[in-house]
Amino acid sequence: MLIFEHSRPGRRNYSQSPKAAEATDIPEKLLRKTLPLLPEVSEMDAVRHYTRLSQKNFSIDTHFYPLGSCTMKYNPRACNSIAMLPQFLARHPRSPESTGQGFLACMYELQEILKDVTGMAGVSLTPMAGAQGELIGIAMIRAYHESRGDTARTEIIVPDAAHGTNPATAVMCGYKVVEIATDKEGNVDMAALKAAVGPKTAGLMLTNPSTLGVFEENVAEMSRIVHQAGGLLYYDGANLNAILGKVKPGDMGFDVIHINLHKTFSTPHGGGGPGSAPVGVAPRLLPFMPVPIVAFENGTYRWQTEKDIPQSIGRLSAHMGNAGVLLRAYVYVRLLGAEGMHRVAEFAALNANYLMAELRKAGFEIAYPNRRASHEFIVTLKDLKEKTGVTAMNLAKRLLDKGYHAPTTYFPLLVPECLLIEPAETESKETLDAFVTAMKEILEEAHTQPDLVKSAPHTTPVRRLDDVKAAREPDLAWKEPTRNISVTRTETLTAIPTVSVA
Amino acid sequence: MPFIPHTEEDIQAMLASIGANSIDELFDEIPLALKTGSLKRVPPGLSEMEISRLMLERAEQDGRYLNFIGAGAYEHHIPAAVWQIATRGEFYSSYTPYQAEASQGTLQLLYEYQTMMASLTGMDVSNASMYDGASALAEAALMAVRSHRTSRRILIPQTVHPVYRSVVRAIVKNQGIEVVEIPYDKLSGQTSLDGLKNFGSEEFAALVIPQPNFFGVLEDVDALTDWAQSRDAFAIAVVNPMALAMLTPPGEWGEKGADIAVGEGQPLGIPLSSGGPYFGFMACKQPLVRQMPGRIIGRTTDQEGSDGFVLTLQAREQHIRRSKATSNICTNQGLMVTAATIYLALLGPEGLRRTAAQSHANTAALLEKLERLKGVKRVFSGPLFHEAVISLPRPAASVLQALESRRILGGLNLKEYYPELGDAVLVCATETKTSADMENYVTQLGEVIRNSTDIASDV
Repeated sequence: MLIFEHSRPGRRNYSQSPKAAEATDIPEKLLRKTLPLLPEVSEMDAVRHYTRLSQKNFSIDTHFYPLGSCTMKYNPRACNSIAMLPQFLARHPRSPESTGQGFLACMYELQEILKDVTGMAGVSLTPMAGAQGELIGIAMIRAYHESRGDTARTEIIVPDAAHGTNPATAVMCGYKVVEIATDKEGNVDMAALKAAVGPKTAGLMLTNPSTLGVFEENVAEMSRIVHQAGGLLYYDGANLNAILGKVKPGDMGFDVIHINLHKTFSTPHGGGGPGSAPVGVAPRLLPFMPVPIVAFENGTYRWQTEKDIPQSIGRLSAHMGNAGVLLRAYVYVRLLGAEGMHRVAEFAALNANYLMAELRKAGFEIAYPNRRASHEFIVTLKDLKEKTGVTAMNLAKRLLDKGYHAPTTYFPLLVPECLLIEPAETESKETLDAFVTAMKEILEEAHTQPDLVKSAPHTTPVRRLDDVKAAREPDLAWKEPTRNISVTRTETLTAIPTVSVA
Repeated sequence: MPFIPHTEEDIQAMLASIGANSIDELFDEIPLALKTGSLKRVPPGLSEMEISRLMLERAEQDGRYLNFIGAGAYEHHIPAAVWQIATRGEFYSSYTPYQAEASQGTLQLLYEYQTMMASLTGMDVSNASMYDGASALAEAALMAVRSHRTSRRILIPQTVHPVYRSVVRAIVKNQGIEVVEIPYDKLSGQTSLDGLKNFGSEEFAALVIPQPNFFGVLEDVDALTDWAQSRDAFAIAVVNPMALAMLTPPGEWGEKGADIAVGEGQPLGIPLSSGGPYFGFMACKQPLVRQMPGRIIGRTTDQEGSDGFVLTLQAREQHIRRSKATSNICTNQGLMVTAATIYLALLGPEGLRRTAAQSHANTAALLEKLERLKGVKRVFSGPLFHEAVISLPRPAASVLQALESRRILGGLNLKEYYPELGDAVLVCATETKTSADMENYVTQLGEVIRNSTDIASDV
């Protein structure tokens, strides 16, 4: 049932609305003539409705969520409660720096910690999501080339295993995308890279470890090839969790990076945002960093703006990015400390390699069996599909019945019938073992009762949903059957009834 | 080891299963030369008790002020239920709802959000949100250019939030899109219709129309919309959603209604929180829906005919279309929209209108008191909504600084953005301000202006 279907005309929450107010100075032609379609429900109705909706979700707090490339690790509750201290919540973004020294200290220290962890010379916290971090990173590469009068560089090279955001970002920055292939061991095909670079190369976007779950062994060589051709290297930090404290992108030769705080630094995914993706740069890109950035001078924190960084690519948000997310990440890095930072990659790798080994023993085919898993790995169901008709999507849906969120399916696009599995470091051995048991059961079901698997899920709040119908006959907003309530100016403005509270 | 559950026994059993001797061996594909030594600038870890203490001290160091700054981020009361529900683990720690059957809570909520926003803006369709208001405006400009096909120029009035204008330029400039600014009328504070005449027969993909504008002034949105559409340009509304509880929705502007409506969703239940996370909203007319960026949720049916919700029209998006996508955007601001939807459900149409009306009435009452102070004047004559520009008889920076030492944030100094206005300050009083708060502000401002010792004369 939709919230609108709980609605009854005239039902109100008196404790949530101011007493009567008049505003008669607004010209009538600027006032709305019909009421907006908002529900009229009691506070308890609303609380009950949205609590019940929440119970229809799988989440990290309720289920194992091995969603590859998303790093679904535990989101510590302290990060949330501290970021929601009333003083932090009340701080207006345009209030003077002198009134926010405590907050700015956290932001400055976060910048410094991220510089150390990534090996970059500068960090800006402003990007509001991974895709915006990418946009800013590629815009800086473009600004760098333009500042040198090097305008013949019109291409960005992207491996075929990359996230879809990489090519989409390159196009948003006015570049042509050159896609290069992957070799049979999951590395970028070096011959293809050498053939692709040239005087038109503005840069290469690389995720390392790649979305195939393996470390690009030739990264130093790739860096040399691209740099020799005059291009720059972009590091997509989607998989930073796999190498946190083990390898720094700066040491691998990258010129610009983004870090997904909602992955590696455990800020909440929130049902799809808010993300946060600070960018880090090598020295030559410092003049182009997005503003604002926090500086510490003479014992005081202040914002650096366009005045301090005149060649900055500018601003990408109305204020300073997702400050509350940055506070959560700051609390997380302070809880981990230097020692805990190393442990993240170690235990993410231990869990991934253990799960890969156990699933292989259970009869699943591993896409890159000769490689170490990074913090994730790929299972391919190509053979299973040929034998039983059960697809990666079928298996994913059947996992829901067994109380597990599905891994990422059909990504990367180059492995057929693939499941990209990332357990994250916060899961225990017992959870991984139970997941392996569930996977084994499904494998057996695929052979003995394939229809049970193909018609999954069976136990979720809804059964398999019709995506084709959703796209062909879009129903994107609820329409009230008989609603067209006109209000007169008098009703709109002057006759808001006075509420008497007994 | 914070948040890592492994016992020594677990580690040994897992390594044995893998066939590795140590955890270090799992990193043997990484060239030795690349491996990191110690992290020198990362301090040692703290316990939860220790970090809580540190952060409380920092929060208390910043304290709280009586705030009269608006300028695109507004202090409204947020019902307790909003964030208590939004931070339930089921909403807080779930991901983008790709697995629809395991995400019906988030998906249904987003469908309800889309319905509420479509109605509030008077448009046919809303997406599931954007990063913030400024980036939503930039995406609307890109969407207009994609849909227009012949022009790559966007007209933006100088009455649009100055940072929004910067963000639009930063995002669109690499696609060869030109941003042209329109001056404002110095008396009314509205976009100058005369100024528009200067553009003769030039072609534009879109005209941006703010309501209210950055000065708090209400624009003649009907005339602006009709002007744009009569010249084959799209009308892009950039609006405060709280104001839409009272004001004509963009879908009803002019003869045909605006084509795209965007704005900052923060006033709907999102705390000020130093500027984020907020959310941007975007709604449009039906014919433009396939050019819209971002996630869109649709209602459909399951195998048994029951209603359910899915991500839809995904053929627009980067994970399917890659380099041919409408935008590189991947996520929305799911958690913020969760809060906003609960906020709108708790307030309802009447609660929202009263909040808007009370905010407006408070600003009007504040202005009346302020204008009684000698030398303080309202700068613009145009009608306004819950925010206004006042001019001061003393240097604005010094006055605001003196107020700050009295725990009052007196407004935004406009010198950086509109130096031609002199000592002008943008002030806003929402429904959270009591008569005593406003009296306090006016009294302190009066003293600061009169008391020359508070004022550094050389600013």
